This record gives sequence, C-alpha cells and structure tokens, in this order.
Amino acid sequence: MLRGFEFDIAHTLSTSVLLLSFALLYQRRLAGVLEAFALQAFFVAAAAAWQAYTQNAPHLFVTAAIALTFKGLIIPIALMRIVRRLNIHRSIETALGVNLTLLAGVGLVALSIVLVFPVTAASGALTRENLALALSIVLLGLLMMITRRNAVTQVVGFMSLENGLILAAVGVKGMPLVVEMSIAFSVLIAFIVFGMFIFRIRERFDTLDLQYLERFRGERSRENP
Amino acid sequence: MRGTAIDLALQILQLSLVLVLAPALTGLTRRLRARLMGRKGPGLFQPYRDLVKLLRKEAVLAENASWLYRSAPYMIFALLWLAAALVPTFTTRLPLSPAADLIALVALIGAARFLQALAGMDVGTSFGGIGASREMMIASLAEPAMLLVIFTMALFIQSTSIPSIAEFVLSQPVGIRVSFALALIALIMVAIAESARIPVDNPATHLELTMVHEAMVLEYSGRHLALIEAASMMKLLFYVSLIAGVFAPWGLAPDDAGIDALAIGACVYAAKLIVAGTLLSVFEASIAKMRVFRVGEYLGGALLLGLLGTIFLYVSQSL
Amino acid sequence: MLIAILATIATLLALGAFGAVRGRPASDSVYIGCAAACGALVVLALFMLGGDSSPRSLALPFGLPWLQANFRVDALAAWFLLAVNVIGAAAGVYGRGYGPHGEEPQRVLACLPVFLAAMNLVVVADDAFVFLLAWEFMSLSSWLLVLANHRQPGNSHAALVYFVMAAFGTAALLLAFGVLAGFEGNYRFADIRLGPPQGWLGGLATALVLIGAGSKAGLVPLHAWLPLAHPAAPSHVSALMSGVMTKVAIYGLVRILFDLSGDLGWGWGAVLLALGGLSAVLGVLYALMQHDLKVLLAYHTVENIGIIVIGLGLALVFKANGLGPLAALALSAALLHVLNHALFKSLLFFGAGAVLVATGERDMERQGGLIHRMPRTATLFLVGSIAISALPPFNGFVSEWLTFQAILNGPSLPQWTLKFAVPVTGAMLALAAALAAACFVKAFGVTFLGRPRSPEAAEAHEVDSAMTGAMAALAALCLAIGLVPTLAILLLNPAVGLLLGTPFPALADGLDPSEWLFFAPLGLQRSSYSGLIVLVAVTIVTFAVVEGVHRLASAEIRRGPPWDCGFPDPHPATQYTASSFAQPIRRVFGTLIFQAREHVDMPEPGESRAARFEARLVDPVWDGLYAPIGRGLEWLTSRANALQFLTIRRYLTLVFAALIVLLIAVVLSE
Repeated sequence: MLRGFEFDIAHTLSTSVLLLSFALLYQRRLAGVLEAFALQAFFVAAAAAWQAYTQNAPHLFVTAAIALTFKGLIIPIALMRIVRRLNIHRSIETALGVNLTLLAGVGLVALSIVLVFPVTAASGALTRENLALALSIVLLGLLMMITRRNAVTQVVGFMSLENGLILAAVGVKGMPLVVEMSIAFSVLIAFIVFGMFIFRIRERFDTLDLQYLERFRGERSRENP
Repeated sequence: MRGTAIDLALQILQLSLVLVLAPALTGLTRRLRARLMGRKGPGLFQPYRDLVKLLRKEAVLAENASWLYRSAPYMIFALLWLAAALVPTFTTRLPLSPAADLIALVALIGAARFLQALAGMDVGTSFGGIGASREMMIASLAEPAMLLVIFTMALFIQSTSIPSIAEFVLSQPVGIRVSFALALIALIMVAIAESARIPVDNPATHLELTMVHEAMVLEYSGRHLALIEAASMMKLLFYVSLIAGVFAPWGLAPDDAGIDALAIGACVYAAKLIVAGTLLSVFEASIAKMRVFRVGEYLGGALLLGLLGTIFLYVSQSL
Repeated sequence: MLIAILATIATLLALGAFGAVRGRPASDSVYIGCAAACGALVVLALFMLGGDSSPRSLALPFGLPWLQANFRVDALAAWFLLAVNVIGAAAGVYGRGYGPHGEEPQRVLACLPVFLAAMNLVVVADDAFVFLLAWEFMSLSSWLLVLANHRQPGNSHAALVYFVMAAFGTAALLLAFGVLAGFEGNYRFADIRLGPPQGWLGGLATALVLIGAGSKAGLVPLHAWLPLAHPAAPSHVSALMSGVMTKVAIYGLVRILFDLSGDLGWGWGAVLLALGGLSAVLGVLYALMQHDLKVLLAYHTVENIGIIVIGLGLALVFKANGLGPLAALALSAALLHVLNHALFKSLLFFGAGAVLVATGERDMERQGGLIHRMPRTATLFLVGSIAISALPPFNGFVSEWLTFQAILNGPSLPQWTLKFAVPVTGAMLALAAALAAACFVKAFGVTFLGRPRSPEAAEAHEVDSAMTGAMAALAALCLAIGLVPTLAILLLNPAVGLLLGTPFPALADGLDPSEWLFFAPLGLQRSSYSGLIVLVAVTIVTFAVVEGVHRLASAEIRRGPPWDCGFPDPHPATQYTASSFAQPIRRVFGTLIFQAREHVDMPEPGESRAARFEARLVDPVWDGLYAPIGRGLEWLTSRANALQFLTIRRYLTLVFAALIVLLIAVVLSE
C-alpha cells in the first residue's frame, strides 16, 4: 500500500525467478526443464534491467544483456541440441519424489527468510527481500543438483544457482561490472566443461544417468538391481 | 421491512441466476474448445437441451441401488446450487451469505463430493469404486490447497467472509501482490482439478483408465444423471464466481446499491464469465491430460504454491 | 453438588461389585444402573455448567494420613464430566443390547462400572494421590476389559502392549507430580497452583506430563498401543476407551498445563502444535491403510487427539503472548472437539459393534451391502461418518472451523517461528480433514454399500432397539451441536473463563440474539457460519428440486441390472475393496511415509496358479522407535538373566556391594 510501483515490479520479477526455480524442480521432462530455465534467465535479465532503470545504473543493463543472451538463449538452445542429439528428452530420473522435493524447497525458502530477515533488519526493504529470495534460489539450485540424477539437470541446477547469485548482485547497489563479467564467463566455461563431460559420459556409458557412473566407481554396487 | 424484502428478492434472483447461467458457461467452453480444435461444436444452448432431454427420460436404477443412491443426486445438486448462490456474483448483498464463510463453502463442496463418492460405491461395480477412490485422492490434496489459498487471503485481510474480502480488495489499491498472485494460481489449479477439467480429468471421456468423475456417475441415468450433470456445471460456475468474486471483485454492487449498480454488476459478471470460459477453453485445448498419478504431483504443487503464498505474505508484510 | 457426584461415583463402584458377584444374570441391571448413574452425573454437570459454576471442594478422611483425599469440581471438571457421562450413559443403554453377544459377557460386568467410576474420579481429583490412584484404576479396569475376549488371537498381545505403555505413562505422570510438588511435597493441587516449579524443573514437569498424559491420549509417537488395545475390547468398551478415556487424558493435560503449571512459555505451545499436527496427519494416514473397521476407528482417534492438541497448542501460544481472547477461542475449539469427538467416535464404535453383532466380522473386506439389511445402523453410521469427516451440518465441522479461525489469527503472534508454524499446522489440519473424508467414504462405502462380499454379510439382520436407540441419541446430539454450536459454547465458556480469565470472544459482552443463528466468534465481519440456516436451506432446496423434477419432468423408475460400462460381472469380488480404495492415496502418501511397496505376481500364460498382489507397508514409528527399545530391553534382560543362577555367596556379595554403594552415595551427598 505504502510502497511504490517500482518496488512491486521488482518484487514480482524476483518472485517469478523463485517460482521458476520451483518449476525446474516440478518438471519431469528435459525439454520442460530447459524451457523453464530459459524463462528463468529471462526474468533474471528483466529484474536486472529493472534495477538498472530504477537505480540509474547503466552497467546493470550489460548484466541483463549477458544473462539474456547466454543463459536465456545460447545455453538452453545448446543444451536442447545436446538432448536432441543424444535422444534423451524423455524423462528425468529423480532421486527424491517430486512432491517431496517441492516440500523441501518450500522449507528452504522459509529457512532463508527466517535466516535473512532478522540479520538484515537495518537494510532497505528491497535488499532484504532480494537477499532472502536469492538465498532461496541458490539453495533450490543445490537441491536440484542433489535430487536429480541426470547430468543435464545437474548443469541446469548449477546455472539456476548462479541466477540466484546474479539476483543478489543486482539488488545490492554498487556491484562492479567486473564481478558480473567474471561470473558470466566462469559460467560459460563451466558450461563448456559440462558439455564436453556429458558427451564423454555418453560415449563411455551409453547413458546420462549418473547412477551408472557411481556404480562404475563401485559406490552403489549393492543397491542397484 | 422493505429492506428485508429486497434482501430476499436479491437472494432468490441470485439463486435463479446461477441456475440459468451454469449450463451456459459449460456450453460456452465446449463450443469454444471445439472451435479451437477445428470442429464446429455444439451450440451454446446444447447443455440445456441435454438436461431437458435427460430430465424427461425415465430413470433406470440398478437392482441393488439403495436409498442413498436415489437421493444423492438431489442432495448433491442442492448443495452445489446453494454454494454457488452464496458466492457474490453481481452484488455483495446476499442475506444468506453469512451462513457460510469461505471455509464453510469449501466444506459444502466437500459434503457434495462425499455423497457423490458414496453414491459411486453404492451399486458395487468396479468402475464406481475406481471413480470414488480417485476422486477422494484428488480431493485429499485439492481441499488443503484450497484452504491454504483461503489462509493467504484471510491472514492478510483477517476475514473469511467473501463480502468482506471483496470489499477489502475493492477499497485498497492492491497493486501487484505477489502472494495474492500465487494464491490465484493455486486456486485456479485447484478449480481445474475440482471441476474435473483437463488436465486432471476429461469430462468427455469414457475410457476406463482415465475416468474419474465419469466413472463415479456411470450407473446414473435419466433425471438423476441430469441433476449430476447440472451439479458439475454448477461447480464450474461456483469456482469461476469464487475466483472472480475474490480476486477480481470489480463491478460488484455494494450493499446499498441502487438498481443501476445492480445492472452494471450483472453485466460485469457476464463479462467475467465469458472471459473465464474463453481462458478455460484455450487452456484445455492446448494441453494434454496427465496420468492419474501425476495428479498427486500437480495438486501437491498447488498445495505448496498456497503455502508459498502464505510465506510471502509475511515477507511483503514485514518489509 | 460435589457430594452428590461422589455418591453417584460410589454407586458405580457398588454396581461393579454387584456385577462381579452376580455375574451374567445381573447383566441388564448393571447396564441400566450404569446408564442411570451416568445420566445423573450428566444432569449434575449440566446443572453446574448452566448455573453456578464456582468451584466446590471437599476433603474426605481417607487416603494418606497427612494428605487426606481431596476432591474438587469446577467448570473444567464439569465439562469433562459431561463428556464422560453422556457417552457412559449411551454405552450403558447400548451395552444392554450388545453385552450378551460377547464371548464371556460376565467379565465385562464387573469392570465396566469400575472403569466409568475411575474416569469420573480422575476428573474430580484434587490431589496427586487421588488423581494417580484413579488413573491407575482407569488403566487397570480398561486393561481387564481389553482382555475380555482373551481367546481371540492378538488380544493378549494387545493387552500386553497396553499394560506396558500404561505403566510407562503412569510412571511418567508420577514423576511429573513429584516434580510439581517440589521438595516440600505439596501434593494438593491447590498448593501446586500457588507455587509451580520454575525454570528447568518446570520444563521437566511439562515434558513428563506430555509423555504420561500423551501416551494415554494416543499422541504420536506414543500411540502404538491404542490401535491394538481399543479394538480388542468389546465395542461399547472400545467406544468408552476411544471416545472418553483419551479425553480424560486430555483433561489431565489441560488441568496440568493450563491450571497447575502457571505460565508456560510459547515454546511448549509450539511443541504441542508439532505433536498435534503430526498426530492428525499420521493418524488418518494409518487409518486409511486399515481394513479392520475397529482398528480404522482407533487410528482416527489418534487423528482427532491431534486436532484437540493443535487447539491446546494454539491456546498456549496465544496465552503466552498475552492474546487472551484468541487463546479463549483456541481453547474453546479444543474443548468443543473433546465433546464432539467423544460423541461421534462412540457413535461409530457402536455402529462397528452392531456390524460385528450382525455379521460376526470386523474385516471390511468381508462386508458389503449392509445398508439394505441394516438400514437404521447404516443411516446412523453415515451420520457419524459425516460428522468425523468435518462436513456440515454436523458437529465435527464446527470445532474444526473454530480451530481454523484460531489458526487464521496466527499473524498476531510476534515470533517468526510461530508465524510460519501456525499456517503449516493449518495445512496439516486441512490435509487431515480431507483425508478423513476419504477414509470414511472408504469405511462406509465398503462396509455398507455395494454387494455383500461374504455369506455372513448377505444374511445380516438389524440389531435391537437398545443399540440403535443409543446410536440415535448420539447422532441427535451430533446434529444438535452442529446446528446450534452457541449452546455448547455457552456451556463450556465457564471452563474457558476459569483457565484463561477471558471468556469466548463473542460472549465477552453478553450474547447478541442474532448470534444464536449465526455463529460468529470474532464478529460477523470476520467470519460466520450457521449450520441451522445451511441445513434448512439445503433441505428446502432439495425438496423443491425433488418436487419440481418429479412434477414437471418425470418420476418413473425402472430397475435393471447394473450397466458397468457394458461388462457387468455378478461376482462380488469384482467390487472395489478397502485396500484397492486406498491404493491411490497409498501411492501418493504411503510411498514416503510407510515405504509402501506393491508387488504383482502374475502367472505366465498357461500357468494355473492364481495371480497375487502384495502391498507391503512399514510402520515408521514402530520400527524406528519401539523395535529398537524392545531389542535393547531384550539384550539387557538376557544379560541380566545370568543373575538368576548365582550361588548364595554371590547373591550376598551383590547385596553387600549395593549396600556399600548406597552408603558411599549418602556420604557423598552430604
């Protein structure tokens, strides 16, 4: 009521990013995961652009552009091509049921709010909220990495974790562009490494289910049928 | 005295309005969906003709059907009709509205579902059992999700009476409220599941593996079937009016409104129904039905959205 | 007043002696006597709640010489007396019809009046000694009643588990009172009230009370005995144990936590909320997995106790934060649910008993179609099912609605943990309510609807009028409270005022005439419900529709074979069973909680053996908590077993060593 339009937009954008983290956890098809990831990157870019506009910080537009081109377009399209070429778009092996993962996710969001809010009582509303949401998104990304067995979803989990970091960065005033550039490039490099990795796994094991990799190391030999 | 008479008249008007509009809404969605799929589709008034046809036919009862089976359609229809008539559609001036707040409305719908599931099990066929069991599984997640949506509204507004919520939403320049948006999405998901629409259930199917609602009412015929069908249409209208009345209460005539405000309210309500019907048919035409056990995840998602909405409420309130 | 109550309780004890001496021929007089005595106590309790509700106390010159036996009846005690004795009276009437069908009916005659008397005594006790003595009498007499049908397989195991848990619970309560009484040994409640222990001692006492009373009430994870013991008893006793004895345990909880312990912090409220939410959801999920009607009902008791405890937890939380009216709202919800659950759970157990008498079966998989052969029982069981599923217009809905109203005021709490915990508890409560509806569609649908699955079910007969009469009375009360909840709230309001000092919010400044019709605890603007209007409106609309359709359209009926999508199969085994009904829910919830695994053994084409379907469930509480304790005890006892075969010299050595250790301890403590 008392807050302005600016805040509402920022609030909506960052919540959408969080919601899409949940969508990532909810999806069972790889194509759906990649679409949700692209959409998340789009919202991250929008949030950065909105901050650039309201804070009058043009360098954030660069951040937005980087997020949009790399994470919104190039990486999802490339991953989609990998998925198509390897013909693995069918379904995702979950190590934990979807509902349970979502429930754990809501728990993590509550945890980050309880964690961040009392600590940052002195900061501005937007910073507090952005920090809480960003922490939730990071935790959800980690959750995705540990509860999904497919290598591609692990890459996506890692990237969505990084989306959370960007969100935290754009909310805090005075974040230098260099940091963001380095983050963006590290993500790109990580993507290339992961991509090569995926092909190598596929070549060796004929699957992307990491379970087989673990069995190869002898870790899960007892459990598997 | 005159006020009471107007009260009563408005309540009766509301009862007849929902009765008349319910088949029209279903007819609209069917026609639009057919159009979107490249078919011509039945006319807008086909549901009325179907209902009249069914009503006139004799009812065939299974040999071992009990009194519960015979009386259930009437009670189900009465419960849903009443529930739909207690939601403000064009005015908040409904004398019976305080008899059931949002939680009680959910319970009324729950009572109708309870009877429906029992009626499905009465004849003792396997299909009735399948339908009843799946319906109750869906409800066991949909009802808590619905209540969480109500929590999100009520925790903020401190009220569970629909007229109060509508008044509050109208009186405040509620801009973009994220938790309300989450609650709205959750409520729409629940409404789709509860009124047996795609992707949870397909009202047009008689394929055994996918039936939920239809399996329960498989043995009904004649006027009983007509009432059950009318009750499902009423349920769809109930959810649309509820979403419109709680999240988009614009145009609702207040308690002291004159005849002109009432007329505007009625027109706006009709417009809301058309918009909702269109959106629903577009949604249904563009999506495939999901497996029954995916429904658990779908509604679990709705439940968690509701919970998330509640959490966000605190976030936006404490800022 | 108090003397009259005590005299009636003494009459009950005398009835027990009479029943023990006379045996089977006294059946009718014992049951009628029980019903009359309980009826008298109901009247006394109503008299007190409706009129002058000031506490009355009395000390009788027996018991411990320095303590005497102290009794006291106040509004809280009167409310629980009401709940106990309404069911007691109904059980007396019902037992007259049901008792003679039992295996050895004379076994029940001696214990039942004693059981009733003990429960009443717990409620009017005013010192720890009388309280614990009555508590133990209650446990022992009910334990004997569980053993009434001791020849049936499983019952002796149930009795053993019950015995161990009851002893454990009493031990915890004994220690709790020890802590509460302090070093001076103030065992009178009046003294405890003056100076309850503070700090960690207070916390210890609360924890012990939660364990002691919680195990009797059936709170998860101390519920393990309940679904074994309650169904094993004869049905009218099951009704008393599930409907009333658990409430006496709740009474102990309320008396100690709200009356004797002074100000507890909000942390204990949060503990109660967590335990209550867990009990509600787990209880109903366990119930859904059952196919024995009485076991299912017993698990539902766990759920309802959870709902009551949620109400108590909310009341504690609000009270700790100084929100008096909201605490009164939550406490009223809990106390109302105490009576409501007693009513509909007893009704349902009576119904299960009627089915047991008519078919000789408790297993739902062997029932079916009973609505045709037992129309009255079926209708009354349906009433109970709707009430317990928290659906209008019956009473179960009113108390859950009140609990929801209290939950919706969670944002008024200052603590962040509670801000999140209260809505989550609300979600659990909603989940439990929705699952309860599913569970009772299953229970009623499989037992009473469909086609008979066994010859016994096909030849069942309606039970006699004493049994249906008792059920009808309870059903009528369920409806009455559902329609005019204000009356029940008026009755329990003195108890709320006594414990919290603030009345039920809507009654704070006198009763508005309109509130008889609309039940609006926080004002019409906030929330309101009217069971009466809903019922009247639904009835009018239903009849209008029936009339309209029959007159204007068609009223013809033709009977034919069921259609069943064109493939009707006359064999009743093709119907959905209780376990197939629960399958979707088992898959959605059970995979996680019970590690449910399904295994289909399908023979190859050409093989003649039958296909088999197996569903395996794991009880997480039993396997995770009780089994390890059991194994530990076994290990310990097998070690200790060696001590039985020592020489006298070694025994003497042991005794001597113990003596020396004790002496050293005395020296050290000084």
